[in-house]
Amino acid sequence: MTPLAAYLLLSALLFAIGLAGALTRRNAIIVLIGIELMLNGANLNFIAFWRFGPNPEALTGVVFVLFSIGVAAAEAAVGLALILSIYRHYRTTNLEQVDSLKG
Amino acid sequence: MTAPIAIIAVLTLAAAVTAMSLRNLVHCALMFMAALAGVAALYLGLGAQFVGFAQVLIYFGAVAILIVFAILLTRGTEPPREPILSKAWITGIAIAVVVFGVLSAMVLSSKALTREPGPTPQLPVHQLGAQLMTKYVLPLEVIGLLLTAALIGAVVIAMHDEEGG
Amino acid sequence: MDQLLVTLKHWLVGLVPSQYAPFFSALLSVGAIAVVFPALFALTTLLERKGLGRIQNRYGPNRVGPYGLLQPIADGLKALTKEDIVPRPADKVVHFLAPLVLVVPVFLALAVVPMGRHMTALDMNAGVLFFFAAGAATELSVFMAGWSSRNKYSLLGAMRAIAQMISYEVPLILASVAAIMAAGSLSTTQIVEAQAGYWGCVPRWFVLTPWGFAGFILFMVAATAESNRSPFDLPEGESELVAGYYTEYTGFKFALFFLGEYLGLFAVSGLGITLFLGGWHAPLPALEWIPSWAWFFAKLLVLIAGFIWIRGTLPRLRIDQLMGLAWKFMLPMALVNIGVAGLWRFMPGGWERWIVCALCVGAAYLLLGGLLSGGKVFAKRVYRYAD
Repeated sequence: MTPLAAYLLLSALLFAIGLAGALTRRNAIIVLIGIELMLNGANLNFIAFWRFGPNPEALTGVVFVLFSIGVAAAEAAVGLALILSIYRHYRTTNLEQVDSLKG
Repeated sequence: MTAPIAIIAVLTLAAAVTAMSLRNLVHCALMFMAALAGVAALYLGLGAQFVGFAQVLIYFGAVAILIVFAILLTRGTEPPREPILSKAWITGIAIAVVVFGVLSAMVLSSKALTREPGPTPQLPVHQLGAQLMTKYVLPLEVIGLLLTAALIGAVVIAMHDEEGG
Repeated sequence: MDQLLVTLKHWLVGLVPSQYAPFFSALLSVGAIAVVFPALFALTTLLERKGLGRIQNRYGPNRVGPYGLLQPIADGLKALTKEDIVPRPADKVVHFLAPLVLVVPVFLALAVVPMGRHMTALDMNAGVLFFFAAGAATELSVFMAGWSSRNKYSLLGAMRAIAQMISYEVPLILASVAAIMAAGSLSTTQIVEAQAGYWGCVPRWFVLTPWGFAGFILFMVAATAESNRSPFDLPEGESELVAGYYTEYTGFKFALFFLGEYLGLFAVSGLGITLFLGGWHAPLPALEWIPSWAWFFAKLLVLIAGFIWIRGTLPRLRIDQLMGLAWKFMLPMALVNIGVAGLWRFMPGGWERWIVCALCVGAAYLLLGGLLSGGKVFAKRVYRYAD
């Protein structure tokens, strides 16, 4: 197995762990953490392809990851604001109890 | 993969699994931070110094702290009495396993990945900055706009309206 | 003399077999940092207590040893032999890890500060970014300490501390961006090199330019807040929160927090020296014969004396004033400052750019100050002395 394949498997595993957490946990904040883990798995892919790819001097992978980190920060801010406002409304962050469309 | 990198990879995965499976939310957040640190170390191992430091600075300094604040503000510090997994947890795990299976099958069967790795490429900060200001200037502006919008949006959503509207 | 320590290190490294040389060299650098700065910490605690005593009209420690010089050793022994108390409901693991998470990154941050010519333990391409990344772990430690203690004062102190550190990290980084821009590099060594030389007999330090002066003031104010020093010591305000996030720490763990706080202060002052005060460069051409590391530590001690002076003089801020200062005043000022640094870079050299840049900074300062005070005019302060 080449190093690139090893890194890709690692990031796929990280992605799958995040996905499993996001799909199975009840708490909204943990779901958000799972999504962040998935993003990290994807970022690791980009860096691995940049490092082992045919022309690393293009820096595409690195720049993409920088943007992706920025997007993750924005996502966390908005997501947590949503969770806070849901908590204020329902007094819970349990996603299974937040299921009515009518407030 | 060399031995230190492999150890870091295993620790990262272990931290990620614990972050997804612990009862106490604060412990989850702390393990999430450990996983992030592991990913940053992997970036350093791959020669992407700038990205590794940016990852620590932004994820540790901003995202993780935001998550911790949200946990404290939603009174999530005490472990819940009800089960932590949702009713459909088997489906969730199954989907994750299938996704991983498909991805790893693709990776293992790919012929493009058998290329021998070259020497570690350099990542001069100068060049990165120059590229961000020339080739990628439009995405940079869009990210700036997105972050501003997210900032305003987060404040508006989380703002306390006393009237209940 | 200047290269004494560097030559000594090379000589020592030359003594070991060549395959261990890189490892041994790293060990020596780390060892030097791990000895010098804690020693400086011991000295500083003594100087601080003496200085504060002088400001407050009392003696300060004067019992242990001549002039109380051995007081730090007595304090250290006391901290080591004290009982280590962990509250029963506390989260044991997190409670134990918090002081370590504080101290380790601070040592890492010290590693990128150039302490003399060829004396940077960790000279890397993105050194300043590494410094700030290591600093981000401090917030984590504060949260861990505050949350794991299960004490409302700890938790409140931690929340205040984190809010304050996040708020002041923004002006801190933006103020250093101006210097990074002017030097054109993120490497601490190259930033120091960019400040070599003299205009006549005035050194080319960034602090002596209009944007550099404003940047230095912003940087030092943000650094004071970042290291929870008075007048920004709300997170550990004794009269409000007992001792803030480390209320429940005793003995050696408390000493580690104390150490971490002071080392953080040294690290951020060291970065301030690197970015604005010309690093290890001598202030006058005639003083070049004094070794570079002596200049670095002299500047460090001067900055620390400034911190002690401020602590003895200013009263503590209110939390809304604290946040208002960071977001309403320092953030816009830092942004304007970056613009002025760009202007400085692209204007032709000469006295015109001094005047234009100084006017820009001054106008922004007056405008922001006027807007924020809302046109209020404060009465002249009157002092009354006891007869």
